[in-house]
Amino acid sequence: MSEAVLNVEDLALSYPGGVQALRGVSLQVRPGEVLGIAGESGCGKSTLASAMISLLSSGAEITGGAVYLRGENLMALSERDRRRLRGREIAMVFQDPLTAFNPVLRIGEQLVDFQVNAEGSSREKRRRAAAMLSKVGLEPDLALSRFPHELSGGMRQRAAIAAALLMRPAVLIADEPTTALDVTMEAQIIHLLRELQAEVGCAIVIVTHHLGVIAELCDRVAVMYAGEVVEVAPVDDLYHDPLHPYTRALLSCDPSALVEHTGHLPTIGGRLPDLADPPPGCAFAPRCPLASESCATPPPRVRPAPAREVLCHKVAP
Amino acid sequence: MPSDAEIAPAEPARQGRERRAAGRVLHRSSLRVLLRDPMGALGLILVVTFVGMAVFAPWLAPYDPLKLDVMNKFQPPSWAHPAGTDQLGRDLLSRIIYGARTALSIALTSVGLAGIGGLILGMIAGYGPRWLDGILVLIFDSVSSLPMIMLALAVITIIGPGTDTLILVVVTVSIPAYARLIRAQTLGMAQSDFIVAERAMGASGARILIRHLLPNVVGPLVILLSMDVPIVIMLEAGLSYLNLGVRPPTPSWGNILYDGYTSLRSAPHMVLIAGLPLVLSTLGFTFLGEGLRDALDPKLVKGGA
Repeated sequence: MSEAVLNVEDLALSYPGGVQALRGVSLQVRPGEVLGIAGESGCGKSTLASAMISLLSSGAEITGGAVYLRGENLMALSERDRRRLRGREIAMVFQDPLTAFNPVLRIGEQLVDFQVNAEGSSREKRRRAAAMLSKVGLEPDLALSRFPHELSGGMRQRAAIAAALLMRPAVLIADEPTTALDVTMEAQIIHLLRELQAEVGCAIVIVTHHLGVIAELCDRVAVMYAGEVVEVAPVDDLYHDPLHPYTRALLSCDPSALVEHTGHLPTIGGRLPDLADPPPGCAFAPRCPLASESCATPPPRVRPAPAREVLCHKVAP
Repeated sequence: MPSDAEIAPAEPARQGRERRAAGRVLHRSSLRVLLRDPMGALGLILVVTFVGMAVFAPWLAPYDPLKLDVMNKFQPPSWAHPAGTDQLGRDLLSRIIYGARTALSIALTSVGLAGIGGLILGMIAGYGPRWLDGILVLIFDSVSSLPMIMLALAVITIIGPGTDTLILVVVTVSIPAYARLIRAQTLGMAQSDFIVAERAMGASGARILIRHLLPNVVGPLVILLSMDVPIVIMLEAGLSYLNLGVRPPTPSWGNILYDGYTSLRSAPHMVLIAGLPLVLSTLGFTFLGEGLRDALDPKLVKGGA
């Protein structure tokens, strides 16, 4: 997969207490594509996102595998070299726009500051910041001189996206970028991300539990369950023909997919396995309607179609 | 929804121009918030008065504070001596004015040094490697388990009384308290999203520490420093009262208080005159600290501007 701009290879990561948050994740991000990472809370989505930019919380330990950004192994680089890549090659947008800016500095100062690794005079950097702000739909002169608390949540998320795209990175990682926003703002931000993606040409990895966002924005989807990628598929195939039983269950839980009035919302029975001591076989088997004895062994990685991958015993290759 | 996207930023744009003008004068509006609060304003006035007294003492004092005039000892307040004279006939008003110089130079020097030391050590403990944090916290805890007065008495016994001793004791005892405050602030702040965002954009550790963490943690320290100045003034006065602080004949509020105490029956005005600046400066710095707490909050400043 030399074409991938970001290549996660068999990545395993654990948190203190032996929690295996990622268990052999392999995922490729191609230049200019929008890849969605979906799954319920605690399945490792955000951990994967922070591993992609090698900004792990303290205590997290990589136990195997690697992340390659344009062929460079992030895990083998020194912190100094990783800093050089951040912002320029890979950048991130966070979940909560309210806390993503330093409260005591003006937006303009921070956008200039974010370009610490870029060349150019501070006047040039300021001009670049202004240009990017107008691209995300903010009036630049106004936004530059504001303090973060003087902007609304939606405006701040726009500013955060502007900040992330300042140095035109090859990959933008968005960790639940719309979760803290209301529905109309969410639609605007999604719209904005798609526009910018077309313009800047960066690949976007968007982590979300909101399936509507993925359907709206993404080219491909990776569904995660219990620290593993259980299914990767082009977005249309995934919605119309989900193969993994977990994907199917997840899609049927989307309240907006309900056709009839029901007294209770659909859920997936059971709960996530204890990741400190994961089952040897398929992690979803205890909750899976199709589970049989064979599911007690590790599931095979099946490729039913050229662009699709499923981790399941029950899917015919 | 392209129409929504266009409306959203345009709507607040109108008020934005006024706000921008307000944002530019942030420091002036901080001062305005401070002055609008009666306690803060009073505190600022008192502090400015005492600092003025200390700085301009040679011009303000009507007499030489050390000049003896034994013929006129124990004079009650009069036109010639607005605050009266002491047991050696020295002019009390002049001694009080010069006493402000003694009190403030000791208090501001020691609190300032302790503040800088606490800031540096606290940020190192809060953002540095874990083992260093462990060692520093152990030191902070050991030092702050010593009571200030007892430590002061012990150090004075060893190296003798004087201004330097006093400053040394105050700095030693205060640094752990300030460092712990800053460490806690830094620890909390280092977890916040904007620091992670800075790191995600490739900022180095030193840059994050100085440009992003420092301005965010320094506010509470300024308030605490302002409130600690009177404690040091009191300590200086207390030790001078016990003849363990500033050596006579240097004028100090504590010395004057002691002189007044020994002649309380014959000249009660001395104790009152020496006690008044102590009370007023304590109130002044405390009120100023309270006022600063509000004035340094950028959200309140915005609301007020």
